[in-house]
Amino acid sequence: MMTLDATTLPMIFATLMGVSILLYVILDGFDLGVGLLFPFATPTERDRMIASIGPFWDANETWLVLAIGLLLVAFPAAHGTILTALYLPVAIMLIGLILRGVAFEFRAKAPLSQKPNWDRAFFAGSLMTALSQGFMLGMYIMGLDWTGGHALFALLTAGALAVAYSFIGAAWTILKTDGVLQAKAVTWARGGIWGLVLGMGSVSLATPLVSPRIFDKWFSFPEILTLAPLPLISAALIGLLWYALRHLPTASDRFAWFPFVAATGLMCLGFAGMAYSFYPFIVPEKLTIYEAASSPESLRIILYGTCVVLPVILGYTVLAYTIFRGKATSLSYD
Amino acid sequence: MDTLLLSRIQFGANISFHILFPTITIALGWVLLFFRFRFARTGAQQWMDAYMFWVKVFALSFALGVVSGITMSFQFGTNWPGFMETVGNVAGPLLAYEVLTAFFLEAVFLGIMLFGARRVPTWLHLTATFLVAFGTTMSAFWIIVLNSWMHTPQGYELRDGIVHATDWWAIIFNPSLPYRLTHMLLASGLTVAFLIAGVAAFRRLIGDRAKTTATQLRVGLGLAALLIPLQIVAGDMHGLNTLEHQPAKVAAMEANWDTGPNVPLVLFALPDEDTRSNRAEIAIPNGASLILTHRLDGIVPGLNDFVAEDGTVLHPPVAPVFYGFRIMVGTGFAMLALSWLGMILIWRRGVDHLPRPYLMAATAMTFSGWLATLSGWYVTEIGRQPWLVTGVLSTKQAVGDVAAPLVMTTLIAYLAVYALLLAAYIAVIFHLARRAAAGKTPAREEPRQAPVGAIPAE
Ligand code: HDD
Ligand code: HEM
Ligand code: HEM
Repeated sequence: MMTLDATTLPMIFATLMGVSILLYVILDGFDLGVGLLFPFATPTERDRMIASIGPFWDANETWLVLAIGLLLVAFPAAHGTILTALYLPVAIMLIGLILRGVAFEFRAKAPLSQKPNWDRAFFAGSLMTALSQGFMLGMYIMGLDWTGGHALFALLTAGALAVAYSFIGAAWTILKTDGVLQAKAVTWARGGIWGLVLGMGSVSLATPLVSPRIFDKWFSFPEILTLAPLPLISAALIGLLWYALRHLPTASDRFAWFPFVAATGLMCLGFAGMAYSFYPFIVPEKLTIYEAASSPESLRIILYGTCVVLPVILGYTVLAYTIFRGKATSLSYD
Repeated sequence: MDTLLLSRIQFGANISFHILFPTITIALGWVLLFFRFRFARTGAQQWMDAYMFWVKVFALSFALGVVSGITMSFQFGTNWPGFMETVGNVAGPLLAYEVLTAFFLEAVFLGIMLFGARRVPTWLHLTATFLVAFGTTMSAFWIIVLNSWMHTPQGYELRDGIVHATDWWAIIFNPSLPYRLTHMLLASGLTVAFLIAGVAAFRRLIGDRAKTTATQLRVGLGLAALLIPLQIVAGDMHGLNTLEHQPAKVAAMEANWDTGPNVPLVLFALPDEDTRSNRAEIAIPNGASLILTHRLDGIVPGLNDFVAEDGTVLHPPVAPVFYGFRIMVGTGFAMLALSWLGMILIWRRGVDHLPRPYLMAATAMTFSGWLATLSGWYVTEIGRQPWLVTGVLSTKQAVGDVAAPLVMTTLIAYLAVYALLLAAYIAVIFHLARRAAAGKTPAREEPRQAPVGAIPAE
């Protein structure tokens, strides 16, 4: 039986935090992606796109709250370093999240003449959020160290993440709509896939080059063999996606789910690679999860609660997705 | 301005913006459940109309509450890293429980509550509505536990300057929790009561005679009349509790400089920290002693007790605490007057014959709950200074190492966004009221399968 002590607890909490970041990136990723695609859609299509994420976005965003909460509570010594180093992009992200979240409500409730403005705010908020999250990812890979070169790299990852989000947003739209909008979403996804390849490729290439430690982790024997499936499966998924997007939409709507599932798979693979590279560090090259963790007593208290509550949360999340399964129809409160 | 001051202003601005919306959603969730339940029982249309109107305000407020809440969580890391580093072992689990037991519950069931009415059976829809209301109340519970612990910490020990939890029961049920929680929940109820009454009065004023406005006036004013006496009693008890645990705060609230018996109740004054006295004072003899100790010659602590040998001031800034307290209590008594007068008028003349000046006064007090709540929180929080966690961590120790111009930049950005959103929020509430008054009400009248492209969520 595993004991819950100062070595296992940080590992458990790092895993929990990783899982909630991953869930956030996938789930809010498609919400943000839908926002990013707004300028390409007609006003009527926008309403349908909003309807496809309406019942979910709030809960999706809560995974970010859980992730940041876990960082705060489980690794108090790290959160200050990370968040003060990323002060400005965090603020931009927060303002983006604010605009995106409220535009959602205001566009439907404010006078009709103001709706286009709130649509613009919805797009701007999604864009700010996606870019700043991508920027933070880049800075994090570069060790949170502000130099011109690093900032340039972070701008690249900013663009890459925005493209990745709009890709998964398009994939979600393919899944949740039909007709003209669905066909349109397929073309969006076809455009986005190249950005996705470029983004994932550059991050995968850059990460090992940043630190010799990470380089060794990937390119030494026999690790290289056990790790080979990660890039290989990714390449296979991208190939399949490319093929599928050329044949969608199908007459009977078969395989409309495939782009979304494949995009999710890609995100998981990319995330696994990142996690492998950075373990055991929480502040890259500076602070490990073991050094940064809070006291075991407090972590245990949280863990007990988590074990009880997390399955329940997953249960009612599944319930919500089941209730709102199928193609999105218009939203109304009655 | 230095980083500390700017960070404090920024935190104050963010939390002030955040609290506006939870204050509404906590109680409005329960009121919606009540409307929904009354409709299920009576089938009378005015209840459904009330539900359909206020559910929109709820959805809007909830969204604003969520996004501003996320800002709050990040602030701990970006501006106050010392907070979690020192008291994370206590604050961490409390915040984690809030996310796990409250945030997910309300966020997931909100979707079902708002958009699920046609997709799920009535009992499940009512359950979802209940769980959302319950979730917001749980949020309030956990965050108030943390906040109360920051005011009256116990159940911990210090090891190497870091707080370690020793007794979770003592931490959660710390001495100020019962008072603060009760007072906050009642504040939320009052805020919603006046919001509902105020908007209904506004609809009457612009000529809306719909039955639902009468119903809403009755519910709003009735709830207010019921809660305000409870709030005054709870506030009084809260003050007595503070006297016991944070005497310096009470001294600042009363602007009382010297400890002693027969202390007057200062109604108005200009407290001056340079001369350490009040100018232009208007006071009721023995009043403060009577209120705080329930005896005319009771001893009331004075601010001069909280000055160190070397002259360092150990009490909070006096003026904001003093004025904040008066604004809150003043608003409370105005609420008492308005709601009870309303009850008498309804009883004597009927709700359809409320005089115009009365309706105008009610409209003017639509957001009076916000005013009292904010000033109450300023009293509480500024009154804790210079401490962040009383006796454990000072505000200065917790602040992060961020360049002042950077904080200034984000502060300005937040303030601009908040000002815009607040204006839009209030404008939209009155826009919805006008539209409801003009009869262009709910989607209820739309065909069951609304065509794709109907304006969503209206
Ligand atoms: C509708 C809102 C509202 C109304 C009408 C009142 N209050 Fe209040 N008050 C609050 C809303 C509030 C609050 C915002 O909820 C606070 C801030 C923190 C807290 O627990 O409650 C608060 C704090 C607060 C405190 C500070 C406690 C502390 O932290 O040390 C005291 C002593 C009172 N109140 C007393 C009163 C009295 C005597 C009232 C009589 C009219 C009153 N309040 C009306
Ligand atoms: C919801 C209503 C609240 C309002 C309106 C409010 C308002 C304020 C204000 C005005 C300050 C600044 C005091 C000063 O610097 O003189 C402050 C400080 C602070 N409050 Fe609150 N507060 C609220 C609730 C909370 C809660 C629930 C918590 C904790 C969980 C909290 C944590 C803090 C912290 C960490 C500070 C430090 C920053 C500082 O001292 O400026 N507050 N708050
Ligand atoms: C420093 C203090 C605070 C922090 C860090 C904080 C954090 C948050 C966060 C992250 C959310 C979004 C949850 C979601 O994603 O669904 C939220 C919402 C909420 N908060 Fe706060 N909060 C604070 C103060 C308060 C206070 C003082 C209250 C009330 C007494 C409160 C009550 C709520 C409620 C009821 C919600 C649900 C959303 C809504 O109803 O608008 N919070 N808060």
